[in-house]
Amino acid sequence: MKRRATGGSALTRARKLGFSFDGRNLQGLQGDTLASALLANGVRLVGRSFKYHRPRGVLTAGSEEPNALLEVLRDGVFHPNVRATVQELHMGLQARAQNCWPSVRRDVMAVNDLLAPFLGAGFYYKTFMWPRAFWEGLYEPLIRRAAGLGRLPQTPQDAPHERAFAFCDLLVIGAGPTGLMAALTAARAGADVIVCDEDRQFGGRLLSDTGQIDGIAGADWAAQVVTELHALPNVRLMARTSVVGAYDGGVYGALERVALHVTAPGHAPRECFWRITAQRTILAAGALERPIAHPGNDRPGVMLLSAVASYWHRWAIDPGRVVVFGNTDHALATARALAADGMNIRAYVDPRTDLGTDAPFALRAGAEVVATHGRHGLGAVTLRQKGRDIRIEADTLALAGGWNPSLHLACHMNGRPSWDTAIAAFVPRPGMVPGMDVAGAAAGRFSTHAALHDGARAAAESLAELGLTSPDLPLPLAEDAPYAIAPLWQVAAPGRAWLDFANDVTTKDVAQAAREGFASVEHMKRYTTQGMAPDQGKSSNMGALAVLADATGGTIPDTGTTTFRPPFVPVSIAALGAGGHGKSFAPERRITSDAQVRAMGAPMLEAGLWYRPSHFPQAGDRDWRDACNREVLHVRHAVGVCDVSTLGKIDVQGPNAARFLDFVYTNTMSSLRPGRVRYGLMLREDGHVMDDGTCARLGEQHFLITTTTAAAGEVMRHLDFVQQAFCADWRVRLGSVTEHWAQFAVAGPLADDLLARVLDVPPALPFMGCAGVTVGGVAARLFRISFSGERGYELAVPARFGAALFRGLLALAEGMGGGAYGLEALNVLRIEKGFVTHAEIDGRVTAFDLGMAGMVSAKKDCIGKAASQRPGLHGPERLQLVGLRPVAHGTEIAAGAHLYAPDAPATAPHGQGHTTSVAYSPTLERWLGLALLRDGRARHGSMMRLDDGLRGRQAAVEICNPVFFDPDGGRMRG
Amino acid sequence: MADLTATSPFAGARLPQRFAGCTLEALPPAQITAVAPYPGQLAALRQTLGAFPGPGAVIAAAGGRLVWAGRGLALAFDADMPQGSAEHAALSDQSDGWAGVSLRGTAAPMVLARLLPLDLRRLPPGSSARSLLGHLPALILRPEALAFELWIWRSMVGSAMHDLTGAMQAVGARQALAEPPTG
Repeated sequence: MKRRATGGSALTRARKLGFSFDGRNLQGLQGDTLASALLANGVRLVGRSFKYHRPRGVLTAGSEEPNALLEVLRDGVFHPNVRATVQELHMGLQARAQNCWPSVRRDVMAVNDLLAPFLGAGFYYKTFMWPRAFWEGLYEPLIRRAAGLGRLPQTPQDAPHERAFAFCDLLVIGAGPTGLMAALTAARAGADVIVCDEDRQFGGRLLSDTGQIDGIAGADWAAQVVTELHALPNVRLMARTSVVGAYDGGVYGALERVALHVTAPGHAPRECFWRITAQRTILAAGALERPIAHPGNDRPGVMLLSAVASYWHRWAIDPGRVVVFGNTDHALATARALAADGMNIRAYVDPRTDLGTDAPFALRAGAEVVATHGRHGLGAVTLRQKGRDIRIEADTLALAGGWNPSLHLACHMNGRPSWDTAIAAFVPRPGMVPGMDVAGAAAGRFSTHAALHDGARAAAESLAELGLTSPDLPLPLAEDAPYAIAPLWQVAAPGRAWLDFANDVTTKDVAQAAREGFASVEHMKRYTTQGMAPDQGKSSNMGALAVLADATGGTIPDTGTTTFRPPFVPVSIAALGAGGHGKSFAPERRITSDAQVRAMGAPMLEAGLWYRPSHFPQAGDRDWRDACNREVLHVRHAVGVCDVSTLGKIDVQGPNAARFLDFVYTNTMSSLRPGRVRYGLMLREDGHVMDDGTCARLGEQHFLITTTTAAAGEVMRHLDFVQQAFCADWRVRLGSVTEHWAQFAVAGPLADDLLARVLDVPPALPFMGCAGVTVGGVAARLFRISFSGERGYELAVPARFGAALFRGLLALAEGMGGGAYGLEALNVLRIEKGFVTHAEIDGRVTAFDLGMAGMVSAKKDCIGKAASQRPGLHGPERLQLVGLRPVAHGTEIAAGAHLYAPDAPATAPHGQGHTTSVAYSPTLERWLGLALLRDGRARHGSMMRLDDGLRGRQAAVEICNPVFFDPDGGRMRG
Repeated sequence: MADLTATSPFAGARLPQRFAGCTLEALPPAQITAVAPYPGQLAALRQTLGAFPGPGAVIAAAGGRLVWAGRGLALAFDADMPQGSAEHAALSDQSDGWAGVSLRGTAAPMVLARLLPLDLRRLPPGSSARSLLGHLPALILRPEALAFELWIWRSMVGSAMHDLTGAMQAVGARQALAEPPTG
């Protein structure tokens, strides 16, 4: 292998690119792929095979490559399994062989190849059975170390990747003669067209052969078409883009290699995962040439004939002395064309007997290749003709076993292709993917004329579906040679013949699978692992199927195919996950006091998507609990300020608003007077508690309800559903105003004093009252409600004033011996009062369980009421809300610990309940807990054992009323 | 207590941003009223307001813009809601709940294609849509072919800036790599 002095349509000869392979500094040219650059440097051995560590070289020139999988340095780490045939060369590219040690030429694990007789299909299943104790301890680590292709980088990958959306009338997949003709036809008709091709250049096989279209070289015709398409505003040409999956609704996934060919891509995304929505699609993905299973067919130097032609024409690679082994007229024609172009073809070998006599090379009719020779690369082949073995010195053996239409995408919605005997291949059936037409070689129509004709036809049919008129476009003239194949799936000769190069599966493995009863194609696949490598068996499925059919005595169509699944080519997780990485994983919702509380050093906790301050540390604090205790005592003894804007706020308006709220809340809201607030409970349709909150009546037909922070979306969705589904004709409308209002709790004995200095005219509000107020002239809302058990208010202003109001409230509170309090203190305050959150409302509890059965009004119906009265949802068997106190004051307890009778073992059958929330109460100077306990309300005063299996702690606890502090509520009502 | 000063939802955001032939800048705050007509009241509301937008429409009415914003919902931007409107529709002030940015320039559609799963051919100039901008619920207006207004929730401005500037940066970096297609 070497570079020819001239030629190479893909190359820019003036621009030389330095790169390295396994530490060797080499030189390539602009336009090279890594594979072509290696071949140009005479490197044929590029890696070791998966199982037997056999020397392997480049087999193909496309994305289906099973052999040339290398590690390539990108963004500071080596990425495994990069196909050298797809990776474009760039200055400074560093690559190394994988699956070998210490080097690709001297690989220790090549010993596996000597053990091959023992390592056939099923070896692992049969060998690593006994003794059972060795499974996990010995066998699995051993097998795992030896298994796998390439090594994953061990550090997180932060290089930018992106996702994007695109829409079109017509998606053309593949830009060979079929795709270009289809795109041109549709583009001239004015359709919005997207053309995707895996290659850097458009043209498909026209770039790799010498055929003419309309009297000019096919490649020149392609260039002309591309120039026209590029100039049209309704066409988007997407090079380096593999369409990888077909999904419902005309949606296709596509992977674009944006910057993998660039030395320093900077901010450019390395890859982009596209979601393309197309009204119509033409699959013009061409066909993949198949190898022939003959002994020694995996030696470096054995390539597909189409690849030899591609490397010759596009990258000026001289393959040296070539033997072509084919079985179609197309293969012979290609060999003739290459020889005419100067390639040194020594022989053409074909099992067919009638090849004619006129050729510039030896025609070996009725012959087959039965062996190859050479250690790290091909030196000679042996062919057998009329029972006589003939050895021919050769550097390259070009295999041409026929063509498989690239119908993968057409099968992604589980359609099964049909068998076409004339071309000995599967072809797609119409309508396998709605809206998709398959044309050209992908449909089994192989000549250039057939491709052009079929592309034009498919475009015309799509245009008709789109309601557009086909342009009057004459069909260009091109060859229409017959294909003529005599199927040859395996050569009957001693020695191992590879089917799946990537997973090291031979014809013997497939035959053995059949012998051992794995005769269905899906079983054979799993038993041998054929087709399960990164190439998904693109070069091997057909051959394996044929060998299996032969072994089972069936036909190929009866044997059937395995399932074609996305992705068509490997897609990196980074590309799949683009748009959901780092800060893009989920939105961050920030309160208006965010900058201030962060400046105060508060660690932030996530609540739903919101970030809320946990506590406010001060110098001298030993830990967060010091801060939390201080904040609790501020509220109990002075005044505390807390940002509660994250609670959901839903505006409910209309003449039927009260009726609607009666329907969704367990208790009655219609009797609420304007200017008053009521605590409310909402049930799910199944009778369990959904959420709790407050309901304020701002006017006769205007209510404002609050939800818990994390359940705001769920409640809004629920209310919308109820309104639309059950009472669509009621005059009531819901609107989320969560974001409009910044709301702050002001709680503590000095809350009134503080508010007197904030409000322009402080109102005299009763407990559970609300009123419109002004703050410095700004209209605001004041609610006298309390989640702390202290005299408390919540003051709401439009969000733009939130930051200023928080600063003002905080300064005043601090001046009065109080301060800000965070989520931790808020939690302690509510546990002291026995108020519930979603720690208690865990989706399994009923109003009865919470001791709130009285809140389910007997006078009216509500969502969930009937279901809540089902047997089993009330009574002594239920887990009921209780308080608990450790008997020994200083004993720390934890949420999640389980409750048992004092003498019962800590096993599930003896479980009586569990703690939901715990806190150290600085007010009562002891640990407190809330728990759900079987028949809990009847067990106040009894002793239980709390067992925290996770932390290995036990405590004797007393069951009590869940309201620990100020049980008559005098502090908040007074 | 001193008078309350207003804080922009974009406080701390580095705006405007210019990348890749497009500009991202904050829109001035607007008086926004959510208008949700009661069942059977659409005709009466139309009469009171002069007009009410159908799906995807943006119309001039009541001295401002009425923007379709979802099922049975319009947002009135800087409009003076006439007397009697509240009899036919629920009205809520949502002015401070929304933050708007303008994205304009030749690359604006390409930037949006990174975040918005919408076919912009179906969002002609002068129309509105509700969708997701990345992961953020958004109201999208297209006043001109290459000018978009993106209204998102105030609390999510930081995430929106992160996603939008990231998309702009990526589009800009792509443009630097661009090469004409070859056949």
